[in-house]
Amino acid sequence: MNTVTNANPISNSSVDYRQDIRSFLEHFIGEEDFSDDDDIFELGLVSSLMAMQLVLFVEKALSIRVESEDLNLDNFRSIARIDAFMRDKAAPAHD
Amino acid sequence: MDDGAANTLAVNDRISKTRIKCVVWDLDNTIWDGVLLESTTLPPLRPHVIDVIRALDERGILQSVASKNEPEPALAALASHGLDQYFLYPQIGWNAKSQAVGTIAERLNIGIDTFAFIDDQAFERDEVLSVHPVVRTFTEAGLERLPELEDFIPLHVTEDSKNRRAMYQKEALRSRAEEEFKGPQDAFLRTLDLKLKLKPAREEDLYRAEELTVRTNQLNTTGVTYSVEQLRDLIASEHHQVIVAELDDKYGSYGAIGLLLISQQPGQWCIDLFLMSCRVMSRGVGGVILTALRTTCRSRQIKLAAQFRETDRNRMMFVTYRFAGFKEEGDLLVNDLTKIPALPDYMQLNLDPAMDWPGINQPVVTGESCDRQH
Repeated sequence: MNTVTNANPISNSSVDYRQDIRSFLEHFIGEEDFSDDDDIFELGLVSSLMAMQLVLFVEKALSIRVESEDLNLDNFRSIARIDAFMRDKAAPAHD
Repeated sequence: MDDGAANTLAVNDRISKTRIKCVVWDLDNTIWDGVLLESTTLPPLRPHVIDVIRALDERGILQSVASKNEPEPALAALASHGLDQYFLYPQIGWNAKSQAVGTIAERLNIGIDTFAFIDDQAFERDEVLSVHPVVRTFTEAGLERLPELEDFIPLHVTEDSKNRRAMYQKEALRSRAEEEFKGPQDAFLRTLDLKLKLKPAREEDLYRAEELTVRTNQLNTTGVTYSVEQLRDLIASEHHQVIVAELDDKYGSYGAIGLLLISQQPGQWCIDLFLMSCRVMSRGVGGVILTALRTTCRSRQIKLAAQFRETDRNRMMFVTYRFAGFKEEGDLLVNDLTKIPALPDYMQLNLDPAMDWPGINQPVVTGESCDRQH
């Protein structure tokens, strides 16, 4: 597997966060093989604590603060969406 | 909120005269007569000790032990006297008693300024005071009068205070089970058999509700606290709902763990306050309550809004609201009542019959239909 595990805060949008996100979510979700597109908010538990930790996970990985307008469920409801959101935030000025 | 501010002050004023929440006992020559390690037989309890321990327990005052002794024989002696059940996190060993008291406060997560320490030895009392000057210390003499002192008389004895020791003991079992559980968190939750009950607050719930608003900072959506008088007015008001949430699992009751204040405006319900106890923030209760509210409002065809006031500690509640589909609109958070998830299968939701919250899928009773005419 050729994924980048140590995301550099000033990386570009080619960084793939999906494996990191999956490792994080596996503490919370027991579903054996949920796909990158599965809605984690429908799969299992989303407690207030987990939601907060998920936001903090993204913030820590990118050294940013997720502003309230971005705290949108659509940015967080699947591995693919979180990945897309993180890439977008990590490379605000690319191209 | 003018009179609100005044009442809040009154609450804080009362709380600041802190009552004792935990009593830490020495053993040798305090709980029993003599020194255990020098005795060949079980040392007898000192007079009145058992009555004092029971009286404090019934009031919801927690108790523990700080003793310089060998742990095993000391615990066995307490068990022989039938007292072991009363003590949470007993500290028996050879460390300083200040350290023992500090550890107990940390484990129970209550302020050291609400602790009392009883020891026959002046040296031990002074040692505890040298590290924790706010601990109130007492000698073994005149022990029987302890329960009469104002410090040991709680402001209110609620249903939850009477069960407080048992709740802490259950909480210790839960924490251990959770630590030992191998696997993801939702699998652990499924083992708990969680039951959430929502009910309109009644007079007997007022002090629990007030206690929740005063104690809960982190998971309070506005940071506003309410006095018993304010809550009583809201309960009496036709335009408000005051809802208490109680949680149970296979270990027993968590007690009252959440409070919801809803103002009913024409065509809209507004959540003026939503708060939850920190003990349940990993249980998914907040999401379930908001799902139930969204379903109800959609079914009634009214809007659902919420007040939110950021404090330096309540971001988790903002995330909870946002992830439940609330969006900022002017001063309020407003829910569009779409994409409402199903209630999770790891928690059973129980609504009090007095609540008019239509649309929630209660567990269906199979066989005889409820509305069948007989």
